[in-house]
Amino acid sequence: MNTIADFQTRLDQAGYIAEPSLAATLLLFTDLRRPLLVEGEAGVGKTEIAKALAALFDCPLIRLQCYEGLDASTAVYEWNYQRQLLAIKIQEDEDTTAEEKERHIFSEDFLLKRPLLQAITQPEPPVLLVDEIDRADEEFEAYLLELLSDFQVSVPELGTIQATSIPYVVLTSNGTRELSDALRRRCLYLYVDYPDLDKELRIIQRHAPDISQKLAGQVVAFVKALRDLDLRKKPGIAETLDWVAALLRLKVDKLDDDPAVILQSLVCLLKTKEDRQAVTTEVVQRLVANSL
Amino acid sequence: MNTVPDRTGHGDPGETLVARVVEFVRVARDNGFLAGLGEALDAVRVAQHCGLEQQRLRWGLRALLCASTEDWRRFDQLFDAYWLPRAHRRSSRVQPAAGAPMGGADGQRRGAELGVPAETDQARAGEDGNAGAGGTRGGASAQVSTARSDFRFMTAPGEMEKVERLVQRLASRMRRLVRRRRRLATRGTRLHLRHTLRHSLRYGGMPFDPVYSQRRRRLPRLILLLDVSRSMSLYSYFFLRFARGLVGAFSDVHVFAFHTHLVSITDALRERNMDKLKDKLAVISLGWAGGTRIGESLRSFNQQFARRLVNRRAVVIVVSDGLDTGPPALLAEQLKAIKQRARRLIWLNPLLGREGYQPLAGGMAAALPLLDVFAPAHSLETLAALEPQLVRV
Repeated sequence: MNTIADFQTRLDQAGYIAEPSLAATLLLFTDLRRPLLVEGEAGVGKTEIAKALAALFDCPLIRLQCYEGLDASTAVYEWNYQRQLLAIKIQEDEDTTAEEKERHIFSEDFLLKRPLLQAITQPEPPVLLVDEIDRADEEFEAYLLELLSDFQVSVPELGTIQATSIPYVVLTSNGTRELSDALRRRCLYLYVDYPDLDKELRIIQRHAPDISQKLAGQVVAFVKALRDLDLRKKPGIAETLDWVAALLRLKVDKLDDDPAVILQSLVCLLKTKEDRQAVTTEVVQRLVANSL
Repeated sequence: MNTVPDRTGHGDPGETLVARVVEFVRVARDNGFLAGLGEALDAVRVAQHCGLEQQRLRWGLRALLCASTEDWRRFDQLFDAYWLPRAHRRSSRVQPAAGAPMGGADGQRRGAELGVPAETDQARAGEDGNAGAGGTRGGASAQVSTARSDFRFMTAPGEMEKVERLVQRLASRMRRLVRRRRRLATRGTRLHLRHTLRHSLRYGGMPFDPVYSQRRRRLPRLILLLDVSRSMSLYSYFFLRFARGLVGAFSDVHVFAFHTHLVSITDALRERNMDKLKDKLAVISLGWAGGTRIGESLRSFNQQFARRLVNRRAVVIVVSDGLDTGPPALLAEQLKAIKQRARRLIWLNPLLGREGYQPLAGGMAAALPLLDVFAPAHSLETLAALEPQLVRV
């Protein structure tokens, strides 16, 4: 148990507030070195986990943002064509054979490393964050799976590049597409839920140290009540922090001060037209009254 | 500090723990967790790491064995049932927790797989309570039938063949969607530098032999929402056959059936064994051929599945007569939400083939302006006539 508490403290120092169960999972992740698949609603701090781990291990964070159509040339490697063309021109008059020329321009000097190749060729193991893997298409997912089990990249012109260090791989998913069973199986799984009152309170106090205890408590209760409403897009932690910043800027001491100001500042929390219309002055007043 | 009870009480504790962990992985696998030999090995490592301390073992095994939100939510129950036998002696089979946020439809499907008619009783009770509100309009009723529907029609061979032929033709003619990924080609608009350069080497660097890339194409995703309420009962079986054909012919098809609530039936339709298929559908179908709440069903589709399934390459096909007991505004709102996400929204209405039918029923009239295609589908012929519409995606 000591090690979990210890790890929790270290995460805390790295700027990430984790409850014991989350810390235990992350500790297991660093021990087992399997990739970690993190799922959860938008804005619960999935990406932050990778950043915190990088800070904790004091190693670089290499990030690959996925999107539809992501392919090897943007994710793994690409040849530097301009330099290759130049090199061919320069070599034109030299008395070398075609094979030698070819070997020259397809050497490692001309290889542009993209995030995945970068991640496995570091001297020290980095944290590799593959963000929103569900946005990439199935082909890329299959390729990633292969990379994550073999930790080598094969470049046809150059040969196989072996990993010099095995990165800590964190994958995040928002659930816009069902991931393959093979990938799910390969990974440790972590589901991050909206934080409970206590955790969110500590997060707010961490990010906005000058907030009064009272306002922080009210904010947390208000946001929690807001999440329980039937909204299209529920506010995440990032939204809460934005709102806190807005409230501090507007010099609000307590939520029941001025309903009009509170209603205006809700632009930080409610991000669709429908939600905006659903949360009327009356609703705000009710929520404020309940969160005092 | 809580520790998990050691049932044997004697012998080498390490060895006992290993055996129990391996056994637990097997139980988890039986309960639908994705756990193989590799997971068993890692589970033993986790156990050795965490020892018998209950919370740590729980968290460790949870991270290892879960693969989805659903797993995550039912893991604790499984863990308790296995490791704390006294508290939950009765069963180590996990049923989806009633009222879990995953929603009734999914729970019900899983219930069907486990051979348990999960939640249907509560669901039915809830609906009876709401039934009075909608009233009756043009043949739709909000009453829920309790009879199990009979699926022997699914086996009529001649009909089935016709449907299959139609679906096959559709599948082959369905135009493929253009994707952002590219493939190599000898002709095209964009030069593929890597291969062009490679080929140019043999001409001393002159690109005599250019290689191009073209966009890839792929089939659209089909999402079928079938109305199986009583007013549709003449057509439901026919459309189920159609759906089963689609599931067989396309790789990316998702089928949902709805009446007063919505159920995913894709997995059931994938079942090849006819008897098993009938069993699965029979469990799901409790309450079929009852009333219709289209708007509400679409809302639960939007809440539970749309975010994951409906994207710009999805063609959503609603098959319904539009006789809704819910408010038309709700239906319009939900259809609008689908239309915003989907590539195309198609509504097939069997009543449209009837002489003198006008789409004036509240729900249908509200839906009409939002549809990309509104077409009759009361027979195989009309469905076949629809082919060009479906092909143009």
